[in-house]
Amino acid sequence: MIPSLTADHVVQLAYLIATALFILSLKWLSAPPTARRGVLAAELGMALAIGGTLLDRRIVDYRWIAIGLVLGSLLGVPLGLVRMTAVPQRTALSHAFGALCVTLVGSAEFYLRTPAVPRFMMSALSMEVILGSLTFTGSLMAAGKLQELLPQQPITYKGQNIVTLLVLAVAMGIAVRLVLHPEHAGLFPLMIVISLVFGVMMVVPIGGADMPTVISLLNSYAGLSAAAMGFVLDSKLLIIAGALDGSSGFILSVIMARAMNRSFTNVLFGAFGKVQLSAETAHEARPLRTATADEAAALLAAASKVVVVPGYGMAVAQAQHKVRELYDALTRRGVDVKFGIHPVAGRMPGQMNVLLAEADIPYEGLFDLDAINPELTQTDVVLIIGANDVTNPAARTDASSPIYGMPILDVDRARTVIVIKRSMSPGFAGIDNELYYLDKTLMLFGDAKTVVADVVKALNGGHLSA
Amino acid sequence: MTPDLMTNLYVFMLAGFIGLEVVRRVSPLLHTPLMSLTNALDAIAVVGAIVLAGEDKGRLTTVLATVAVVAATSNVVGGLLLTDRMLRMFKSSKTLKR
Repeated sequence: MIPSLTADHVVQLAYLIATALFILSLKWLSAPPTARRGVLAAELGMALAIGGTLLDRRIVDYRWIAIGLVLGSLLGVPLGLVRMTAVPQRTALSHAFGALCVTLVGSAEFYLRTPAVPRFMMSALSMEVILGSLTFTGSLMAAGKLQELLPQQPITYKGQNIVTLLVLAVAMGIAVRLVLHPEHAGLFPLMIVISLVFGVMMVVPIGGADMPTVISLLNSYAGLSAAAMGFVLDSKLLIIAGALDGSSGFILSVIMARAMNRSFTNVLFGAFGKVQLSAETAHEARPLRTATADEAAALLAAASKVVVVPGYGMAVAQAQHKVRELYDALTRRGVDVKFGIHPVAGRMPGQMNVLLAEADIPYEGLFDLDAINPELTQTDVVLIIGANDVTNPAARTDASSPIYGMPILDVDRARTVIVIKRSMSPGFAGIDNELYYLDKTLMLFGDAKTVVADVVKALNGGHLSA
Repeated sequence: MTPDLMTNLYVFMLAGFIGLEVVRRVSPLLHTPLMSLTNALDAIAVVGAIVLAGEDKGRLTTVLATVAVVAATSNVVGGLLLTDRMLRMFKSSKTLKR
């Protein structure tokens, strides 16, 4: 009796230490100098928890576990080695995998226990499986959109929100029925299928630029479904890990939604696409000032303070390494170069920072919205690389604009603005950017990577006096 | 409401508050690594799948649980690997000059 008791204690202790390590890992992640220690703590915690679990006395056969662990590791390594521009879709995919695990375990638990499932357990199981299923298909849809396998434009139809909510209501209704009558096992797969359908319907009307919010929200759901699984299995480790992930996703969703001046409901049900149609018809040709790479290089070289504003266009063109060359060329000339990064620039929270860090730009040079805005009035040149809506002054001035009230980078307050842009097509919100028509603004049309390379060439070419 | 359930609800609530406080302090610089790390932590659900896969409770359970182990393990391995790769990229101007 006593030895077996000790084995259980070892497992429980391993879980306890793992939990502490998980909390520490998030704490250490708060700033770059300690962040890698955070990953180490997470690795240790994970090894302890998995190692401890393998000692669990309920396990009688290790074959399938071994196969699962090996296959999972083989699958995980390439997913950990994706290129940095593919991180958003990889993250969406991993939310899908996490949700898949939770849904499958939940289903197995249900079939082991039916017809006698205690009410509370059935409620937790339903939560687990509904959240897991909708996160699974929702994340797959998001990954497909980010990988451009699916159309990035929002797909909308009349009465969409009502239909979508009805589908969710049906899934919830079935859950209630199962809680009251867990012996109706036939309802269980139906609940899963309807939740899977809801996940698809939830993401279909959401477009590319809303992805940062949606990915964060899916992150939160994945966490909550894991916490629900913790309730079913009576595992405090899982409840805590799920709660940590859930709150992290929640905070990120709030930050993203706030950075777009939109509520959750607005992101989920607002469908920006409708604005796009009406705005496009109002288009007319207005005078612009364009510039050549040489002119831009001359302006940058003459500046003493430059702020670069990167956006999704930089990621698409994979221009981050060229931006680094530009940063070097300017820094060598004694120009003070900083980066102003909007929270929703790119396709997931923090994406621009990772890309610039990949190109070896020191992180002290990367500033978020609140930190850079006060400096923009004293900035000589702002260089915008593939960012649009987050620089549109209409957000401050035009109460009729769909982005009115959204916090933006006040680039129009700098002395000169240079915009690198593929074409005059409007940004995601489908609205014209007043910034482009200002006297102080110069447009440089072309692929971000090529244009930045040309500017660097002009700067290094020597026909500009240093 | 069993005592166990109440304890678990307390644990959930406290962990949620800790999560909010800890994550709020994470620099916006590191929001992408944050998401990939929490996603890897979340994959600790693998422990539930491991026990189910080893319990020998019938073919359906074993199959579902084994697929679940594969999915979660790929998140653990891939998530931690990717997070570390990203964090290694964040260099201060001091380290870069060396």
